[in-house]
Amino acid sequence: MLTRGTTKGWIAGFLFAFSLLMMLNYAVSYLFIKGVGIWGINIPVAWAYAITNFVWWIGIGHAGTLISAFLLLMHQKWRTSINRFAEAMTIFAVMCAGAFPLLHMGRPWLFFYLMPYPNVMWLWPQFRSPLVWDVFAVSTYFTVSLLFWFVGLIPDLATLRDRAKNKIAKILYGMFAMGWRGSAVHWTRYELASLLLAGLATPLVVSVHTVVSFDFAIAIVPGWHSTIFPPYFVAGAIYSGFAMVLTLAIPLRKFYHLEDLVTMKHLDIMGKVMLATGVIVTYSYIVETFMAFYSGNTYDRFMMINRMAGPYWPLYVVLITCNLVIPQALWSKRVRHNEWLLFAISIVINIGMWLERFVIIVVSLHRDYTPSIWNMFYPTRWDWAILFGVVGLFFTLFYIFIRFLPMISMVEVRSLVHETGKKNAH
Amino acid sequence: MAQIFHRSTNLISRVSIFGGLFFVAALGAALYLIELSPYYTTVGEAPEQPVPFSHRHHVGELGIDCRYCHTSVEKSSFAGIPPTQTCMSCHSQIWTNASMLEPVRASYATDKSLEWTRVNALPEFVYFDHSIHVNKGIGCTTCHGPIASMALTYRAGTLYMSWCLNCHRDPSKYVRPRDQVFNPTYVPSEPQEILGPKLVKEYNIRSLTYCSTCHR
Repeated sequence: MLTRGTTKGWIAGFLFAFSLLMMLNYAVSYLFIKGVGIWGINIPVAWAYAITNFVWWIGIGHAGTLISAFLLLMHQKWRTSINRFAEAMTIFAVMCAGAFPLLHMGRPWLFFYLMPYPNVMWLWPQFRSPLVWDVFAVSTYFTVSLLFWFVGLIPDLATLRDRAKNKIAKILYGMFAMGWRGSAVHWTRYELASLLLAGLATPLVVSVHTVVSFDFAIAIVPGWHSTIFPPYFVAGAIYSGFAMVLTLAIPLRKFYHLEDLVTMKHLDIMGKVMLATGVIVTYSYIVETFMAFYSGNTYDRFMMINRMAGPYWPLYVVLITCNLVIPQALWSKRVRHNEWLLFAISIVINIGMWLERFVIIVVSLHRDYTPSIWNMFYPTRWDWAILFGVVGLFFTLFYIFIRFLPMISMVEVRSLVHETGKKNAH
Repeated sequence: MAQIFHRSTNLISRVSIFGGLFFVAALGAALYLIELSPYYTTVGEAPEQPVPFSHRHHVGELGIDCRYCHTSVEKSSFAGIPPTQTCMSCHSQIWTNASMLEPVRASYATDKSLEWTRVNALPEFVYFDHSIHVNKGIGCTTCHGPIASMALTYRAGTLYMSWCLNCHRDPSKYVRPRDQVFNPTYVPSEPQEILGPKLVKEYNIRSLTYCSTCHR
């Protein structure tokens, strides 16, 4: 697909994503001029779309890390044809996620106060705040994911460099290939580096979303203050991440005719992972509801009743339908082997997981302890512009990626073909 | 197509990996040092004033008490800039024809204040009160430097938050007996390590470092 030239479909898709990105550009510029007051947020709903989007995007990233690092350590060979673009998805999703806390700041130009660095104010971040843990979790996650992706790309970049037909491509691929010649020493180090980075990245699958869940669990808001949050968020993250991988993989294999590389078996396995994590999420919902009543706590009970029957009840119903009811279809092998249905379910789960974060954040906040400050949250056009604008950012990056870099690891697929070929010969 | 990069260029790759970390850190360190340097903080630079008033002469040589001019320092957040009348309480008698004092006489005649340039100006988001510092035994020269030897008045401290916190985190390093607060040439009578904690206890000085102490 790299040598075939730019297709019409690519241009159309890229232009659409790029125009959304320009909308984001506009919305963010206006936000920086006017401040967060242009959003629908208020007191008590000080966190709304921005934080919902943050949690959603960071969750999506998790599937990439799980596929690339965890499954590498587990010697799951099937990962080779999907790991590259899943990793790219992770990096782009973390970039999208990382933008939101900054956009949500009153003075985003002072974001560096979050980092502990020697300064003349003798000011240090408040290490007791989970928001600071977030900064470390997300920036570590981004760094490790980027390194992992880049190290994995080096042999492929060298191949592209060797095959490049024009000078600019040759120079650029050559720079990033960092002098790879494919010697035995290079391969040993490559294998070792991949393994070490995989070891570093694997705990991140669990830790990052755990820390994100602490943003809520540490607070005393009913509906947030719960010990189930870390595992519940991690399962939800992998759930939505795999949904996003499917959302990307199914059109990609169709348009670029990759059915032989991303096979039905891959889609089937991903469907199973979604089902498994979906069941964990279902269990978490049940426990959350049960505990609200079992605790005997008035505020927790009210929160749960308000979630189900309060002013935002339609969202709760859609959330349960998207995350709990519809994905049960994945039990059927026929559904898992129908790419259209799988694609539809993946979209449904993406929507459901976004709603889950919205319900947790906004619906918990809008009616907390003091009835006199209860308030409704209604998104403004700027909330929507940024929500869809960031989707544009994600897809713009993704379109650039599939055009200029190999979206399937050439090296790993070659070695897999070699190994399985040998096995058949015996 | 032949390879563009010779094997020797691999060194550049290695350096760039190292440099990615090292150069960023070095740049940060350089910026930090610039921020601390007098070039940026202007510590020790006396700004231009309408009259070249000398604290060295008035305080160091003549021994006029700080409060003779800065009258409200013990009762108010603001120490006070003296009105022209305070200057004229002496200068209507001595140096009446000095050309250097022409702006003072003009101000007295026209009833228009002298416009001094602030030397120690805190940002508006900082709440600062002179009276509490003076009454808890923090001497003038602790913050304002060797005022009795300043021919032209300059700022002695950076006024950075780190500079404030240096004392706020451990006031015993700087506290002195209350009767010595206005002594511009104060020297502790016993070692500060012994005197300081004693006075902190006696004056009931708390180490206030929470944000809203100053950012109200």
